[in-house]
Amino acid sequence: MNAAIVLGAVLGALCVVLVALPFLREPDPVSDEIEKMTPERQRRLALAEERDRALAALKELEADHRNGRVNDEDYRASIGPLRREAAGALRALDGEVGQA
Amino acid sequence: MAELGRAALLVTLGLCLYACVVGSVAALTRRRRLALSARNALIAAFASTAVAAGVLAAGFLRSDFSFVYVAEHSSRSLAGLYKLSAVWGGQEGSLLLWLLILTGYAALAVWVNRNRTRDLVVWVTPVLGGIAVGFSFLLVVVATPFATQVAPADGSGLNPSLQNPYMTAHPPFLYLGYVGLAVPFAFAMGALLSGRTDERWIVATRRWTLIAWTALGIGQLLGSHWAYVEVGWGGFYAWDPVENAALMPFLAATAFLHSVMIQEKRGMLKVWNVVLVSLAFCLSIFGTFLTRSGVVNSIHSFAQSDIGAWFLAFIVIAVVFSTVMIIWRLPLLRTTTRLESLVSREAVFLYNNLLLVALCLTILWGVAWPILSEAVRGDSVVVGRPYFDFFLRIFGLPLLLLMGVGPLIAWRRASLRGLGRTFFWPAAVAVVTGVVLLLLGAGSSVPGLIAYTFSAFVLAAIGLEFVRGTRARRALSHESWPVALGSLVGRNRRRYGGYTVHVAIVLFAIGVAGASAYDSVVEGRLTKGEALTVSGYTVRYQGLTETQTDHATEVRALLRVSRNGKDLGGLEAGKNAYRIAGPDPQVSSEVGIRTNYLTGEDLFVIPGTVYEDGSVYFRIFVKPLVNLLWLAGIVFLFGSIIALWPDAREQRRLAVRYDEAGSPVRGR
Repeated sequence: MNAAIVLGAVLGALCVVLVALPFLREPDPVSDEIEKMTPERQRRLALAEERDRALAALKELEADHRNGRVNDEDYRASIGPLRREAAGALRALDGEVGQA
Repeated sequence: MAELGRAALLVTLGLCLYACVVGSVAALTRRRRLALSARNALIAAFASTAVAAGVLAAGFLRSDFSFVYVAEHSSRSLAGLYKLSAVWGGQEGSLLLWLLILTGYAALAVWVNRNRTRDLVVWVTPVLGGIAVGFSFLLVVVATPFATQVAPADGSGLNPSLQNPYMTAHPPFLYLGYVGLAVPFAFAMGALLSGRTDERWIVATRRWTLIAWTALGIGQLLGSHWAYVEVGWGGFYAWDPVENAALMPFLAATAFLHSVMIQEKRGMLKVWNVVLVSLAFCLSIFGTFLTRSGVVNSIHSFAQSDIGAWFLAFIVIAVVFSTVMIIWRLPLLRTTTRLESLVSREAVFLYNNLLLVALCLTILWGVAWPILSEAVRGDSVVVGRPYFDFFLRIFGLPLLLLMGVGPLIAWRRASLRGLGRTFFWPAAVAVVTGVVLLLLGAGSSVPGLIAYTFSAFVLAAIGLEFVRGTRARRALSHESWPVALGSLVGRNRRRYGGYTVHVAIVLFAIGVAGASAYDSVVEGRLTKGEALTVSGYTVRYQGLTETQTDHATEVRALLRVSRNGKDLGGLEAGKNAYRIAGPDPQVSSEVGIRTNYLTGEDLFVIPGTVYEDGSVYFRIFVKPLVNLLWLAGIVFLFGSIIALWPDAREQRRLAVRYDEAGSPVRGR
């Protein structure tokens, strides 16, 4: 019983120390704020996602064409719009980064 | 030491409350150290829960019957392995295992993501903390495993049907699956709360979902095998409500794992993905409610208690919370991308999703209707096997076909001419298989024949994918076939891991069709020297033996098996009468199984009544291809590991994306 109480108290104390650790390690931090995802960053991230999707789709189309899943006709029909999409996303992202 | 267990659980409750409340304040006020403190509380909660679990496990291993829970679920003669599995053999221990896994997952999830997307993780902490509060509250207030008493001389023993090696692994795997779905749910809610509805939460949770999904799949398969060898009714899945309870979140998570690819590839289905994650999580809680409440009569409902009301409240909170969150963030979840063609990879994924969710909801209705009917009208309604089998065929067979169609179609759009070329070989293989099987007499079951034909189509389509991919890789790198195959899979782990999992599903479908659509059965009472014949097998009864072990009386019928005149050896089937506290022993059937490893077929003997004159009633099945089910489990695990394996190139790609966007992904 006594041993259990002591062990329980030790456990509680260790947990309190772990929970308090960020304040013990940094009693007086320069900044205590979590960095914010601003609307500008959000927009840039959306454009980066769009660009990555378009580039991945282009890569996948090339691979599908190479291994025969996509025939020449389908390849020709898809490659143009995909390239325009990727180029558009790249331009938009460049513009956004330039503004930033 | 029960006091230590109680104290540890109390500490866990306090820590989880702290993580939830203080974590929310930290997220709202964007205070970094407070958020770290809340995160540390979750990690500490895992440590304190582990202490509580350790105390209970020690109680079992030392046969300390001053613990009421230990006395009710163990005995001195219980084998060591089962003493350990008895920890989760009852209500309170199961809940403790739930909490242990939950806090373990939570601690790992926030720790692994500590340097990424802190603005998202800061909201994940309180959500995970909130879920853990529910379970730790139950363990502290409603169902403590640390109640004590004056120790009796011996315990009541463990339910005999749980004294099976599979039971040491089946519940932990299922719980790893159930509880694991809390992580993607927490990230989805975190994304909605923080307003970060970009792909980040999906990238962060894809592997967690896959881990939970794999564990759930393996757990169900282990449970099926346990039912097959231990329960003694001749099957592996009975559409029992509690079995269904594990299947439903698995189906929802399967749908999510597919639809998430559409969001990644096309930026579509953002709302749908959040709905699926929430559905999978709520269904996992619903499954725990079904198992733990005793609201349904099931072989799995070992507990009859009033804990159900608490779970019901938990489910209502989870459903309302996620619904409100989704509606609140709908403007952020809208996408401008549209489906370009109904004949495209994403369209196939969409059909797959609709079928999976339809199957899931149909099963949910079949499970819920008897409960609702009894609650509202007071009469007990049984939704039986025909209902579930019907919808499994209606939705399951097209799903099987789509597994073959998906890999053959390109993203965005495909022309009919192109499709004709890519579909030619798989379709030819399927047609030839169907015709050959029809000639061999497989037409006795139309769904079985369709399942086999579709399976041939899928296997051919997947085989073609591997061949084409390897050939293209060879053309680029001039590697040998094995090296090219290895590098193809290594460079596209998700895709080829997924295909391997599809192979497992096909093996599973073949096994299910073989065992259920083409099985044979014979039954009868045999006296010594008599025989029963089924599907070419002759099973001759040769007499009874009785053995006394430490904890049971084992009666075995000795059988001799031959096929078409060729002796195949002996087989035993019988009953174990376990000596436990109380007037009557607990009796379990010990089925006799003879496996043909070449054909995957089982001869399955269920012993019925043993009469005083020494005669025995037998029920004998021949189950073709049933062993493909267990083989499917191994392939499933292998495919999942391939898909789960970390991809450094993808991590680098994502790092570049987040650096470019200037998103707060790094930091302390």
